[in-house]
Parts: sequence; C-alpha cells; structure tokens
Amino acid sequence: MSSIEERVKKIVAEQLGVKEEEVQTEASFVEDLGADSLDTVELVMALEEEFETEIPDEEAEKITTVKLAIDYISENLA
Amino acid sequence: MAEEQKVALVTGASRGIGRSIAERLAADGFIVVGTATSDNGAQAISSYLQAAGNSGCGMTLDVSSDDSVSAVLKSLTEQYSAPLVLVNNAGITRDNLLMRMKADEWSDVIDTNLNSLYRVSKACLRGMTKARWGRIVNITSVVGSMGNMGQSNYAASKAGAEGFTRALARELGSRAVTVNSVAPGFIDTDMTRELSDEQRDLMLGQIPLGRLGQPEEIAALVGFLCSDVAGYITGETLHINGGMYMA
Repeated sequence: MSSIEERVKKIVAEQLGVKEEEVQTEASFVEDLGADSLDTVELVMALEEEFETEIPDEEAEKITTVKLAIDYISENLA
Repeated sequence: MAEEQKVALVTGASRGIGRSIAERLAADGFIVVGTATSDNGAQAISSYLQAAGNSGCGMTLDVSSDDSVSAVLKSLTEQYSAPLVLVNNAGITRDNLLMRMKADEWSDVIDTNLNSLYRVSKACLRGMTKARWGRIVNITSVVGSMGNMGQSNYAASKAGAEGFTRALARELGSRAVTVNSVAPGFIDTDMTRELSDEQRDLMLGQIPLGRLGQPEEIAALVGFLCSDVAGYITGETLHINGGMYMA
C-alpha cells in the first residue's frame, strides 16, 4: 500500500494534468500547478473518493497546497 | 452510440413536454430515468420506457426536497451510472394577480421551478465534470421573457432559470459540459388545457403560426441539444413558440 503522500501526489497529478515529478510537496495548486477554482473543487472531491472521507467545505477551502492536503488527510484519517 | 450508453435524467417526465423529452432521449440511445412526484407517475414512466425497449425506469422525486434529490441520485447512480444528461423540466404554476397572491403561491413556484435547479443540477455535476462531457437543459418558458398577467411567480422562476443557465455555462465550459435553456411558448399539454377558451383564442391570435406547439417539437430541440453535434452551443436560451415572441 502506498503512503498517503504518494496517493495524494498521484491524484493531484491526475486531476491537474501535470507530471507526478512536478508535484512537489510545497507546491501550491493554483500558483505552481496552474489549477483554476473548479480544478481545486474537483481535486478535493477526488481526494474524498480516494480516501473515502468527507472534507467539509470550510476545511476544503484551506487546502491550497500539496502539503496541506497530505497533512489534512493524515490528521483526519487516523 | 457505440460506446457505453449514457444515462439521461428527466424530471417531471410522467406527462406533457417531459414525457416527450424522455421518449425522444430514449429513441436517441440514452438510458432514460424519468421522475414524477407520485409513485403512480413513476410507474407510468417505467411502463412507457419499457414499451420503448429502454432499460431506464421511472423514479419518484420531489424536486423541492433535498433528501428526495439525494436519495434518487444515489439509487439511480447505483442502478445505472451517474447521469451525464440532465433535463430540468419539472415545473408548476400557481397563477394569481400579485395583489392577491399568497406567500405560498409565490414560494411553491420558486421552490419547485427555480430552487430545484440548484438541488438537482448540483447533484449531477460531479459525474459530468469527471466524464469531461455533460448536457444540462433547463425547460423555461416564453413567459420568462415576455411576462404574463397572473404569472409573476412563474415568470420570475423562468427568467431566474435562464440567468442560472448562463452562469453555470461559464462555470462548466472548461469541462465540455454545456448548459442551455429551452423556452417553449404555447404548447398543447395539460398545463395549457387548463386555460379558458377565451384565453386560448387570445393567445392563438398572437402566434404567427396560428396553432399550439406539440410536445414532440420541444423534445426534438432538447434531443438535439443533448447530442454530440450540439457541443458548441452553451449558455443559450432557445425560443420555440411559433413566432409569438422573437428575441
């Protein structure tokens, strides 16, 4: 089973249509990876599906970088 | 359609324009799920879809209830797959002069005709954006553009739906999901049969083609908008009214 970090990066790459190696941990979805507002909503939905969880809208808004996504999943999926 | 059959959801499909649309989309190769407010209505939809050899069915849905919308979307997605075509057709009228209009006559119409678009469309978006293909058609009315005495609630709901159409078309364009409105004029259905002969004659006098429209004529346009070749039309309101209103 891959680590949370690997799974998150794979999904980010798929959703935003970028190469996995471009998905650096510190990367911002909008500024570094070229996501628009709809991309970020879809990305959160894809993460919800992958990790079979629900991310409340208030929390989803704060997830703006790869690291924040990994942190959120790690903290809430224990 | 050589690829896997797409699922089309049509609300208010037990009779009138909605039924014609469901039959049109079935003939065009979609798996059609039609909804009605009553179990009897849903049964009737299942029967005519079955008679047409379609593997879809009727389901009971109250578009003014969040719970009902999520329950129906869940079961239809499990039974078939997420709908990639949505026709928001369910609608009601509660006509009255505004000076006499009760608060619930106003709010029932807004809730069923307009707020339902928020509920049902939102519930279908995930499947469409994921598929990078989708069609949403909102059935509005010429009354949304022209206005009509005694229909301030209905006209407001239909004009609102057309604004919703344009905004959503902008949101979803990058995902190849098109959103359009079809605005019928005076069509031969139960809704217009309720009018008095006097009202009917008055209306006919304003229609250059001099007759009522048939539900099949609306359905043909909706079928076109849901096809692949209509993929460059979005955010538009298409009027179909025998010339009674020319935008």
